[in-house]
Amino acid sequence: MAQKAVEIILMRQLASYLAMPIMLFDPDGNLLFYNEPMEAIIGQRFDETGEMTLDEWYALFEMTDDDGAPLPREERALVIALEEQRAAHCAVWVRKKPDGVRRRVEVTAFPLEGQGGRHLGAVVISWEAHDG
Amino acid sequence: MKVRLWGTRGSLAAPGPETVRYGGNTSCVEVISAEGTRLILDAGTGLRRLGGRIGPEAGRVDLLLTHLHMDHLQGLGFFRPLDEPGQQVHIWGPPSTTLDLRARLSRYLSPPLFPIRLRELPCALTTHDVPLDTFEIDGFRITAALVCHPGPTVGYRIEADGVRLAYIPDHEPVLGARALPNQSDWVSGFELAQGVDLLIHDAQYSVNEYAQRVGWGHSTIVDALAFAARAGVRRLVTFHHDPGHDDAALDRLIDEARVAAPTSCELVAGTEGAVFDLRNSSA
Repeated sequence: MAQKAVEIILMRQLASYLAMPIMLFDPDGNLLFYNEPMEAIIGQRFDETGEMTLDEWYALFEMTDDDGAPLPREERALVIALEEQRAAHCAVWVRKKPDGVRRRVEVTAFPLEGQGGRHLGAVVISWEAHDG
Repeated sequence: MKVRLWGTRGSLAAPGPETVRYGGNTSCVEVISAEGTRLILDAGTGLRRLGGRIGPEAGRVDLLLTHLHMDHLQGLGFFRPLDEPGQQVHIWGPPSTTLDLRARLSRYLSPPLFPIRLRELPCALTTHDVPLDTFEIDGFRITAALVCHPGPTVGYRIEADGVRLAYIPDHEPVLGARALPNQSDWVSGFELAQGVDLLIHDAQYSVNEYAQRVGWGHSTIVDALAFAARAGVRRLVTFHHDPGHDDAALDRLIDEARVAAPTSCELVAGTEGAVFDLRNSSA
């Protein structure tokens, strides 16, 4: 397994101290880490799941728009951050499999650019939307 | 490959009778291959004495900087080859996110910090933004990678003559954690140090001191030993000694670390002037 860039290591350490749900992805979309607040949303500890591919990650959820239609891949904030290397924000309905709990979630994703312009992946921060 | 320590002190030069054995000069290490080619690692105050032994006949000089904190740079203005008209001097080091190495070095080698400007030096100076990759200089195979330390900072892995050296003088691999991460790919500097014959590594603090200095970018001797053991290092040389630690204190801290963290890795006290002759045991 390849050594993680120091910027990724530091980002994980920062995320592990923050109280908002944060995920960390490599440039290929592999999920490298999620923190404890995200564990509460996913219902599984990172130590149990470990790293996973983007397809494995998306298989855990259904992501739909306000009308209940599946959110197109190209409209997902993470995909925009990874592929277009710009910050993106979206609000989606997320239904977790298999328990079916449905939540309104806002997602902000931004690319990580390291020393020398190296594209290192993306950070995703989630907020559960609340009425009012 | 021969490795000589010209300066082992961290943060600030600390000369005096109480530090005469470990030395008072700041970071500088010389690496000489079996063919006689040379690399210099860092430009702390130890560089001044080394520079006095490098004449024009030495030809090209390559100086690799890990970062630009003063204790790794202060000897540069007093490095004799820089004053030799036409002598080829190549300086390698990390750029920042906005400035290349030359611009960053110019901040030190210019008034008011220094009377002579970089562009006024008579030598034939070339600066290189060090590639975060593997590259070669004069028979040395060098890998540079960023490591945990405030500001752009690299460590080096150097291979030649069938032996391997890692030089990570300023490094805090346990930053943000209570110990080294369980998975080695999440340990800063791991690939640089993996399986080397000799690791020269930051060992600035005692455990109690570190608790007050988290985030300053340095390690305890115990953490350095744990890092070395994790990376399968054969010999660890303690380095970047705190200026507040005299010889007696360093002896005691190293003895305590040997007891606290027993490993198969040999722990060697890094003393100024020490020479390590690395040989390929399989040759």
